[in-house]
Order: sequence, then C-alpha cells, then structure tokens
Amino acid sequence: MALLEIKNLKTYFFTRNGVVKSVDGTSFSIEKGEILGIVGESGAGKSITAFSILGLIDPPGKIVEGEIIFNGRDLVKLDDDELQKIRGDEISMIFQDPQTSLNPVISIGEQMMEAILYHKKGVSKKEAYSACVEILKTVGLPAAQKRMKSYPHQLSGGMKQRVVIAMALLNNPKLLVADEPTTALDVTIQAQILYLMKKLSQEFHSALILITHDIAVVSQLCDKIAVMYAGRIVEYGKKEDIIFNPLHPYTKGLIECLPKLNDDRKRLYQIPGIMPSLLGLPKGCYFKDRCELADEQCDIYPPRQEIDKRIVFCHKVK
Amino acid sequence: MLKYILNRLFHSVIVMFVISFIVFFIMFKAGDPVQLLLPPDATQQDVIEMRHALGLDQSFIKQYEAFLKNVAKGNLGTSFVYGQPALNVVFERLPATLELSILAMIFSILFGVPLGIIASIKPKAWYSKAIMFLSLSGISVPVFWTGMVLVLVFSVILGWLPSSGRGTVYLFTSAFTWDGIKHLIMPVLTLSFFQLALILRLTRTGMMEVMMQDYIKLARAKGVPRRVIVYYHALKNSLIPLITVIGIQFGQLVAFTIVTETIFAWPGTGKLIIDSIQNLDRPVVVAYLLVISFIFVAINFMVDVLYTFIDPRVRM
Repeated sequence: MALLEIKNLKTYFFTRNGVVKSVDGTSFSIEKGEILGIVGESGAGKSITAFSILGLIDPPGKIVEGEIIFNGRDLVKLDDDELQKIRGDEISMIFQDPQTSLNPVISIGEQMMEAILYHKKGVSKKEAYSACVEILKTVGLPAAQKRMKSYPHQLSGGMKQRVVIAMALLNNPKLLVADEPTTALDVTIQAQILYLMKKLSQEFHSALILITHDIAVVSQLCDKIAVMYAGRIVEYGKKEDIIFNPLHPYTKGLIECLPKLNDDRKRLYQIPGIMPSLLGLPKGCYFKDRCELADEQCDIYPPRQEIDKRIVFCHKVK
Repeated sequence: MLKYILNRLFHSVIVMFVISFIVFFIMFKAGDPVQLLLPPDATQQDVIEMRHALGLDQSFIKQYEAFLKNVAKGNLGTSFVYGQPALNVVFERLPATLELSILAMIFSILFGVPLGIIASIKPKAWYSKAIMFLSLSGISVPVFWTGMVLVLVFSVILGWLPSSGRGTVYLFTSAFTWDGIKHLIMPVLTLSFFQLALILRLTRTGMMEVMMQDYIKLARAKGVPRRVIVYYHALKNSLIPLITVIGIQFGQLVAFTIVTETIFAWPGTGKLIIDSIQNLDRPVVVAYLLVISFIFVAINFMVDVLYTFIDPRVRM
C-alpha cells in the first residue's frame, strides 16, 4: 500500500471574483522512502496541493472533493485536532522562504523544541533540547548549541533553511513536504540544501514530496515526477521516462527551456504565452493556446491515457 | 547598552530644556498676572510694588535666567495664587490624575487586547462585527458626551454612583476604599473608552496581519495548537507596535485628563492647569508642563527598554 495516495483532489477558493480551481482533480501516490517531484509554473497549484495534504487550507479555500489517504486514513475526513497531531509529527513541511518562515521574536531553540513537546508527551525539556542540538548538527549547522539561543535574524538564509529542515525532521516524519525549499536561497547554497534533503530523507526513511518550478532540480533528486499545469496534472511517471522521453507538449517545453552544455544557441527556448488565469480557463485542454500541436480536437479536455509507462493527458500523444 | 541609555538621557535633557524655554516664553507673553492677583481697587503704586516683588519688572532674558538658576536648585518658583512652591502644588494633585490614568490604561489594555484578538480570529462572525461597531463608537464619541451620559444614567436616574469628587482617599488613592472605588468607576470608564477602542483596533489589525505570515503557517504545519499560535506566536509579534502606542497614549492620558476631571470635579492636575492658566499663575503652569513632559520622556524611555525584551532584533 502506498504511504500517501491522493485521489481526485479538488481544492477550490471561493473568492469575490469567482471560484478559483487551484487544484482540480489531482491524483498521485508516493511510496515509503520515495521522492516525488511536483513541477509547474507559479499558480499551477503545487503549493495548494501541499497545503491540502497538511489540512492547512484556510477560508475562502476548501477541499471540495477527493481523498488524501495517508497510512490508511483519509486526511480530508479528519478534524483539525486530529490533523494537528499528524502535522509536524508524521507529516512535516518545509517552506519556500526561510527569511519569513521562522518567528522573529522566538528563539530557534524554543521554536524547535515546540515541535517535539507538542507531539511527544512525556518527553522532558532536557531531552527535547538535546534532540534539537543533535539534529542541528545533522543538518550541518555550525555551533549548534549556541544557535539554540539565537534568533532568526542572527542567521543567514541558508542557515535558517537548515533550521527549518532540522525542525521538519525532528519527529522522524514518514512524509516530508518541501515547497520550493531552495527558491529563496543563493545559488551556491541551493545544491547543498537539495543534497542535504535527499541524504536526510534517505537516512530518516522519509518519503519526500519536492515542489519546484525547476525541472533541473527534479531531474537530479526525484524518483517520480508529476507535471502540473493550471491546477491539473498533465504528465506523471518515473523520472527517467519523463526527463529523457517527455510526451506532453508542456513537459517537452519545460525540458527544452533548460540550457544544455553542447548548445550554442544565443537565446534559451521559451514556451510562448502565459498560463491562463484560473478564473478564466479555456474550454478543453488548458494548454491549447500555447501549444503548437493544438487543433479542434483540443476543445475537449483530453482523457487520462496510460502510454509508455506513464500517465499523460493529451490528445496528440498516441 | 549603557551608551544607548546615556545617549537617550542626554536627548531627554535637551527636550526638557527646550520645553522649559517655550513654556516660559509663552507664559511671559500671555499677560500680566498682577492685574488678576490684586483687588480691583489697588493703586498704581501697589501694582509696581507687586511686580517688583514677583520679579516681573525685569527683562525676559533676566527672568528666564533666574528661573533656570532656581530650577538647578530644584525650585520651580512659588505659586502666585497658592503662595506655596509650584512643584508642591502640582505634586499634591498628581496622585489623583495618575490614579485615574493608570486605572484607565489598565482597564483599556485588559479589555482592549483580548477583544481585539477575538475580533481578529473570525472577522466575519457576528460578535467580531459587534465588537468593531462598538469600538468605532468608542473612537468617535467625544469624552465629554460619554461622561455626561454616564452621570445622567448612573447618578441622576439610577442614583448608584456619585457624580463628583474623589471620595475617601487612603494612601494617596481612592482605589483602596469602597467609597473611593464608587467615585472612581465613572471617571475611569469615561477616560478609558477612547483608549480601549484604539487598543482594540490596533490589536485586531496587528493580529490579522501577523496571522497571515509564513511563520504562523509553519507553526501550524509543526502541529502547534491553535491557542498557542494565537496567544503566543502571533501576539508576541503584534505587541511591538502596540507597546509604542500604549506608551504614547499613557502620556496623553496623564496630560489630557482635563475634560474628564472637569466633568467629575476630580481634584487632579487637569483641573489645576485650567485654573492656573486662567489666573496666569506662571510658576504652576511651568511646573505642571515640566512634570508632564518629564512623564512623557520617562515613558518613552521605558518603552524603548521594553522593546528590547520583546523584540530580539532591537537588542544590542
């Protein structure tokens, strides 16, 4: 049985301007210890998928349909108290911007110890403290003991992200959700942090969902890839299959965008146009306006096809 | 840290010095107190003698110089009206005003902060809307009106509370005797309404802003109980702007209890200053303004120190 299985998840936001279908019928699964990459542009619904798993969707947003089966339990059906026990314990999350994801007026140590003390009853403060110091060393933070007393503003961005990662790993979670964990970091730090996350998820036997807009990151780290576009998954399968043989025109475009070593073109490839607004989605395939292959057939949303060991939604893939 | 404190103290002294000059100058220009102090049938000779006795026949610079010399000795002059040292006159009345201001501030914080938090958690709930409506009236309704209505309802119609005076005073305050407390209720309420509404609205805005921050979402993702997130993680962040405003407002309360004190015939400094200005009792006005300025400066200083406890980013 898969560790996490998402079936037809629909998370909508009921705004004044209309219903925003941020996640509209997404399905995927992840096994124990596996790394799944979710790729897509801003607004494709990647982060909302992550927040839906943790039950962190606030009004006007709502999970309107679907199941999130984690360890045999449907998280959608749980109330907030039950979710709170799972959050930070069995499932934890790493946020995009380390500059804003730590509370500026509470010390690092206190923020970390909280994660243990609210989940593990009977653990003393002393034990929690040493567990925190230990894990800070694991994530490679120098002078871990001293850092426990520090406040976020005294740490660099990379150090903060290490703290956030350490915090997420404290309770040895079964699933780690990382929402663009390196986007806000310096390029030189990005590789370090990504490598660290891969190493740690293996050490801690955690499954990892890595959300990113950078398909290069995904191609290095992940076992499986889901490509999202305008709230829906357009292609989903094993990494090798998708990177080396993309079928969906959007995935092809994303890979085409990457600079290549043996390529002397002056300009990088761009996918023409922009992703449609979630408030005014076109009829039929959402990608058709940017797709070179589009024709009348694409006025109907493409059905789910299993071709070449993967799932793909496109009329033109045969 | 010590350097910072000394620097702040130096600034405070300059501020006090400038205030003393402005105040002294305005009172010098305001008019001749002698005309008011002497009986209407006094002769020209009496006026000249009195002027000389009070030192009012000298030039402005000379008078100010003499004033500064006396201040250095801790003497702010003798009240023309009461014939006592001006500082004593002010200090005699100060406990009544401070008691009113402190109680009003405590009341405002005690109710304003929790109500603001409640209104911020579910802004669309009916009780949040009710709280916000009441706070709007708290901000807009003038103090004299609130005071009068309270007097009308609780003193005139119901006869539950006395309408004026301090009642039985024990250890400089009315708060220790039942009679005193009965006298305190209405002035404190009157003085609180605006402050309460202001603190409430500030708390609500601050909390709503903080609750949208990433670190709150991360705390939730960490599985921290909602109660702890609201009352610890979020509140600690929204306290920073709140403390600044509370500091400034407290100074305002002490300085501007005038209207409330007038309505309830409260024997505090507010009433004293109005009387003294009318009598052109220069030493008392100057002493009063200097004391109030000192309170302002001292509170601001305390707020700066308090910051360092709440916000580690300010710590040096």
